[in-house]
Amino acid sequence: MAILVIAEHSNGALAGATLNTVAAAQKIGGEIVVLVAGQGVAPVAEAAAKVAGVGKVLVADDAAYANLLPENVAPLIVGLAKGYSHVLAPATTNGKNYLPRVAALLDVEQISEIVEVVAADTFKRPIYAGNAIATVQSSAPVKVITVRATGFDAVAAEGGSAAIEPVSGTGDAGKSAFVGEELATSDRPELTAAKIVISGGRGLQNGDNFKHLYALADKLGAAVGASRAAVDAGFVPNDMQVGQTGKIVAPQLYIAVGISGAIQHLAGMKDSKVIVAINKDEDAPIFQVADYGLVADLFEAVPELEKLV
Amino acid sequence: MKILVAVKRVVDYNVKVRVKADNSGVDLANVKMSMNPFCEIAVEEAVRLKEKGVASEIVVVTIGPAAAQEQLRTALALGADRALLVESGEELNSLAVAKLLKAVVDKEQPQLVILGKQSIDSDNNQTGQMLAALTGYAQGTFASKVEVAGDKLSVTREIDGGLQTVSLALPAVVTTDLRLNEPRYASLPNIMKAKKKPLETVTPDALGVSLASTLKTVRVEAPAARSAGIKVGSVAELVEKLKNEAKVI
Ligand SMILES: Cc1cc2nc3c(=O)[nH]c(=O)nc-3n(C[C@H](O)[C@H](O)[C@H](O)COP(=O)(O)OP(=O)(O)OC[C@H]3O[C@@H](n4cnc5c(N)ncnc54)[C@H](O)[C@@H]3O)c2cc1C
Ligand SMILES: Nc1ncnc2c1ncn2[C@@H]1O[C@H](COP(=O)(O)O)[C@@H](O)[C@H]1O
Repeated sequence: MAILVIAEHSNGALAGATLNTVAAAQKIGGEIVVLVAGQGVAPVAEAAAKVAGVGKVLVADDAAYANLLPENVAPLIVGLAKGYSHVLAPATTNGKNYLPRVAALLDVEQISEIVEVVAADTFKRPIYAGNAIATVQSSAPVKVITVRATGFDAVAAEGGSAAIEPVSGTGDAGKSAFVGEELATSDRPELTAAKIVISGGRGLQNGDNFKHLYALADKLGAAVGASRAAVDAGFVPNDMQVGQTGKIVAPQLYIAVGISGAIQHLAGMKDSKVIVAINKDEDAPIFQVADYGLVADLFEAVPELEKLV
Repeated sequence: MKILVAVKRVVDYNVKVRVKADNSGVDLANVKMSMNPFCEIAVEEAVRLKEKGVASEIVVVTIGPAAAQEQLRTALALGADRALLVESGEELNSLAVAKLLKAVVDKEQPQLVILGKQSIDSDNNQTGQMLAALTGYAQGTFASKVEVAGDKLSVTREIDGGLQTVSLALPAVVTTDLRLNEPRYASLPNIMKAKKKPLETVTPDALGVSLASTLKTVRVEAPAARSAGIKVGSVAELVEKLKNEAKVI
């Protein structure tokens, strides 16, 4: 049977997390059908049709699906789901919002944030902030799954030539309305897609001091993240939080600056290839996961680092 | 309006759990248990809505073992009016929990149900959304601001790109994110008072809910450990290592 992958997209572009989700679908095996739901999403559908390994693209283009409101999108997916063995969505804030609603309407459990496909019905997923990895097996007729992007290498965005087919659902359920959004704008790479991530914690003391990290990031082409403490204190916006309950990143290089290394923070970055920690406390737990630790005052070390790279 | 708050008893967030030697699960013997942090935020939000005169009654519910009465008493001490324990010895999956909560919603008819966004043990992040599906209610997940305006609820949500605001028809389900509020501590007099507040116990059977699940855990293992790193003596040495040894810059 075929696998339905729900596309993530923003501002008329297919989001990278979709490519990791298609990769997970390939590991499961079967024809891959991508659903693009939204308004004015023809360019997204065209991009999805070019993704390597995609067999067909379904497009639900309707004002009701504009902001992927779960009250409207879940019935659309449920209407399509019956013909598929699996329904996969990226574990983004969108996927985590609508997919459990789909699962409950189908009367099946959702399998959250898989990082490995063991078999078509068996998956691995982190629990307890990544302090344990559970292998779970599903007997559901349709397996409803969110995919953690860091667990699967993205498939190529080019190389496919899938057919595009329009579909429709029940439209606006009349329960919810989009009012507005405040999106962070930045010229730096997106946190979950960047090859290098530099994160700051409470040790930065205030938002203004993040300029030291931004200067270093701009030299390295890096994204900037933060600990919960830095977000809670208002130094930086919420979308920069890395951790168990924030974003999960696994870049080539992660530099933790003024971050102690609580388990909730480690949960979001400990699968990075190389970890650097800069902290003035030599006993800080972050050093236990760091490949290279530098015991130093960040206000001296970071500007010096910026000069030397 | 009446508010229903769902809270879960979980391992305390400061505990670093260990996997059992037989790989059947994590070792919870003699480990400190607490209310899930996101559920504390849910209780706090309900209490604030009551203090503002928006809410008239707060009912707190948990599904779990008899020991979960402890977390219900905590919620009562924080300001909930009465508590309900749906007693179940076995670990339930989210869909079963959502079905039990749906049965409680049918009975209590709240205008607003507040849950945490995520349990810090299962890391599922799905029960609130499932409850919204089963009740047919709108859902405001990952909330950092909640405002009641007439028969509508305005919810500001923490999303990947920043913040999003939606307007929901009531009744509705809300799940809390970290920035929604900062939970208070229970005062001693309130802890004493909570002992006298009503706490009712029911069984899943009495609610007529089947606990059958499509998901089972077959094995739990420790994550791959990172090999020990080194301390560098200077920024110059760090740069040298990153360039020539790790080759990441
Ligand atoms: C339910 C829940 C969910 C959570 N989710 C997350 C999450 O997703 N992400 C997350 O990050 N946290 C999360 N946390 C919070 C986590 O437990 C920690 O509180 C948080 O990560 C601490 O942030 P921090 O390391 O910046 O601050 P601190 O622990 O205060 O550490 C600051 C560090 O900066 C160092 N420092 C200070 N000044 C300097 C200087 N001048 N130079 C060098 N070093 C300096 C100090 O030595 C210290 O190690 C969560 C907690 C809970 C309860
Ligand atoms: N056993 C339970 N009893 C009461 N509420 C629960 C239970 N399990 C989950 N919840 C609620 O659902 C939220 C999200 O949990 P989860 O979907 O398991 O991550 C929690 O923060 C609670 O508010």
